[in-house]
Amino acid sequence: MSDADAVSSWPATRTGVLRDAAGVGLATGAYGLSFGAISSAAGLSVLQTCVLSLVMFTGGSQFAMVGVIGGGGAAMTGAATAIMLGVRNAFYAVRMAAILDVRGWRRPVAAQLVIDESTAMAVARTAPRPSRLAFWATGAAVYVFWNLATLIGALSAHALSNPRVLGLDAAAPAAFLALMSPRLRSREPWVVALAAAAVALISVPFVPAGVPVLFAAGVAVVAGVRPNRPEGSR
Amino acid sequence: MWLAIAVGCVGCFALKLVGLSLPRRVIEQPVVKHIAELLPVALLTALIATQTFTSGHRLQLDARAAGLVAAAIAVRFKAPFLVVVAVACLVTALVRLVA
Repeated sequence: MSDADAVSSWPATRTGVLRDAAGVGLATGAYGLSFGAISSAAGLSVLQTCVLSLVMFTGGSQFAMVGVIGGGGAAMTGAATAIMLGVRNAFYAVRMAAILDVRGWRRPVAAQLVIDESTAMAVARTAPRPSRLAFWATGAAVYVFWNLATLIGALSAHALSNPRVLGLDAAAPAAFLALMSPRLRSREPWVVALAAAAVALISVPFVPAGVPVLFAAGVAVVAGVRPNRPEGSR
Repeated sequence: MWLAIAVGCVGCFALKLVGLSLPRRVIEQPVVKHIAELLPVALLTALIATQTFTSGHRLQLDARAAGLVAAAIAVRFKAPFLVVVAVACLVTALVRLVA
């Protein structure tokens, strides 16, 4: 993706970015269907389910929250888990701040759109202009499709109450894999990725839902404070 | 329930806004920049791992793993994003159907 930006014209690059953004939006929408359904099944009303998608707007946190509630946990425990899982967005936002340089009323709007997908699409582009477009286009596309799908999923909860039959529970990991793969071009991210997966899986049985992913963030911090090697390692 | 939803929503938005509002000199520290570049890799991989290989608090190997392998193969052959996701869902559903 990023290599092509250097050689193709801006209209061609723009078309490519917008097409990718629409693709990510559609894919996330498919996953939003299952969120709407699972949230309804967990006992949240259609309105509560839609408010989560409109205002919280961060898939992992939303799934974690309704997962805790559906599993019999307290609503406030669900909220705490959602916030813990949302910590990663603060780090994504740090990354996006350098690319976006937004001020005034645009800042809270941009903040709301800082999620896994928009960040991954933006950092997959190396040039600033396509990178910014990728963030805004992907964020907007995901926001629209995620919320529409949430409403449809919540309303048709019974038809989709078991998204496993359609293999929809495999959609998110596959999407994350596709989004992350452009970043695995040197040895360091590979090592970090494998260590993060190991840390997360080992800790799953022992800590509350959501925390294993935060432990994995610790792997990035530990790797990041080590002396930075020259870019030539790529 | 509404209070918990409000707390969760405010907390998640605040995290996004704080990250976006940190002073530039904090952001442009080499160590912070390096960490911020590695974080999405670590977090996305952890999400992949936990959403594929766990069920509640247990490790579990099931049809989702087949879906992830199929997705990895699709990524390896540079398949478009939607194809990667569709292949993962299809393989997972088929393995469940057969198993």
